[in-house]
Amino acid sequence: MVITSVSNSTQTAADTLRGSGLRLERGTRTIIDNLSFSIASGQALILRGTNGSGKTSLLRMLAGLTLPDAGAVWWNGEPLKALSTTWRNVALYLGHTNALKDDFTAHENLVDALSIDGISIAPGAQLEALEKVGLIEQRHVLARRLSQGQKRRIGLARLWLALSHAHYKPLWLLDEPTNALDSDGVLLFADLIGSHLGRGGIACIATHLALDIASRAKEMNLDSRVEAAQ
Amino acid sequence: MTANLNSLASINSPVFQPERGFIVALARDARLAVRSKGEVIQALAFFVVVVSLFPLAIGPESALLKRIAPGVVWVAALLSVLLTLPRMFANDHADGTLEQLALSVYPLPTIVAGKIVAHWLMTGLPLAALSPLLGLQFGLASGELAVLCVSLVLGTPVLSMIGAIGAALTLGVRGGSVLLALLVLPLYIPVLIFGAGAVEQAMVSVDFSANLSLLGAIMLLAGLAVPFATAAAVKISLD
Repeated sequence: MVITSVSNSTQTAADTLRGSGLRLERGTRTIIDNLSFSIASGQALILRGTNGSGKTSLLRMLAGLTLPDAGAVWWNGEPLKALSTTWRNVALYLGHTNALKDDFTAHENLVDALSIDGISIAPGAQLEALEKVGLIEQRHVLARRLSQGQKRRIGLARLWLALSHAHYKPLWLLDEPTNALDSDGVLLFADLIGSHLGRGGIACIATHLALDIASRAKEMNLDSRVEAAQ
Repeated sequence: MTANLNSLASINSPVFQPERGFIVALARDARLAVRSKGEVIQALAFFVVVVSLFPLAIGPESALLKRIAPGVVWVAALLSVLLTLPRMFANDHADGTLEQLALSVYPLPTIVAGKIVAHWLMTGLPLAALSPLLGLQFGLASGELAVLCVSLVLGTPVLSMIGAIGAALTLGVRGGSVLLALLVLPLYIPVLIFGAGAVEQAMVSVDFSANLSLLGAIMLLAGLAVPFATAAAVKISLD
């Protein structure tokens, strides 16, 4: 990859994300129980499982939105505290909702997401990102009029810009990023993940699709919860 | 891909400034409010209609109308603000942007503070600006109208701030808007007493500055604590 300067805590050379003995309860139901995993730079953790198996809950936990009832998540040996500053500089989270404002256009939504992330990117690069994900024609269309797949593609534009930005976040947490994407979109997504992993990033992805990154992916099935290198 | 990334290498890296979080949230909510003007206008229209009902219901008894004017305008302002509170976080919660705001590089209290100020600019400030016009219906003199307006300018920020805590706590709760009213209205009582009290004192030509000073003091005190309390409430609601 091109950019070698890496800011503050984001040492991409040898990052590790580790979870040990994670448990999450909701009411009387135990959603996640005694879950442990470890992934290192350049690896992706693919979360599989039926609906309700806890994929979203796990990703929200890794993002620091939910605290585990037992166990802990570690980033390079540092335990994750909910919404801590280090964590917010490390992780990029795309949730199962698209996080778009219906009253903003596609382009405005991208700018909005970037400004929340504290990233300033030249307008030319923003348009380039929209072109890359095939939304350049729709950039002035309100998000409410975009199709589900097009909404998802705004998330891809964020990922593409995240890759190119100097303030690189090494941990991507992606909840069903391929939902509603067409085959071109899935290829583009696999391309982005490939670049991210190639650069030494880490990704946790909940998806039903087989991605073309198998050599660097660990699969974890939350139904039977067997962690296996593919 | 690599070639494309090369062309982006000139992008400037972010300088970390917490106050940017305030500006980002404020600008964002202000733009969203401008996009959906209807919601802002509805709260104002509600305020105007409720206040105007009283002269119609009570009849043209100028002494009585004048007597109840401060209380009526203030209660109507409370209710209008209450109507707009669920929107403060609920839309962002529903579309997932609240999670993004919580995970933003900026500290959550600064973002929340920006949202509260945006809320006040879109509700409290227009209410205060309209109040002299409505006070005329009750036969208030110009000096009294000015005190009414100033008391609302000082008091409505507190309504937005206390309301923000309630709105954040009731996120995603079924029947949340009624719960929000029950939670927040009792806490509005001190503001109501000092706000309406200032106008009443102006009407009987007593020094009203103590009441306004107290309103100002409440505003400053709330301004210190509320962003942190609301941020904590948002975290709890997202859990």
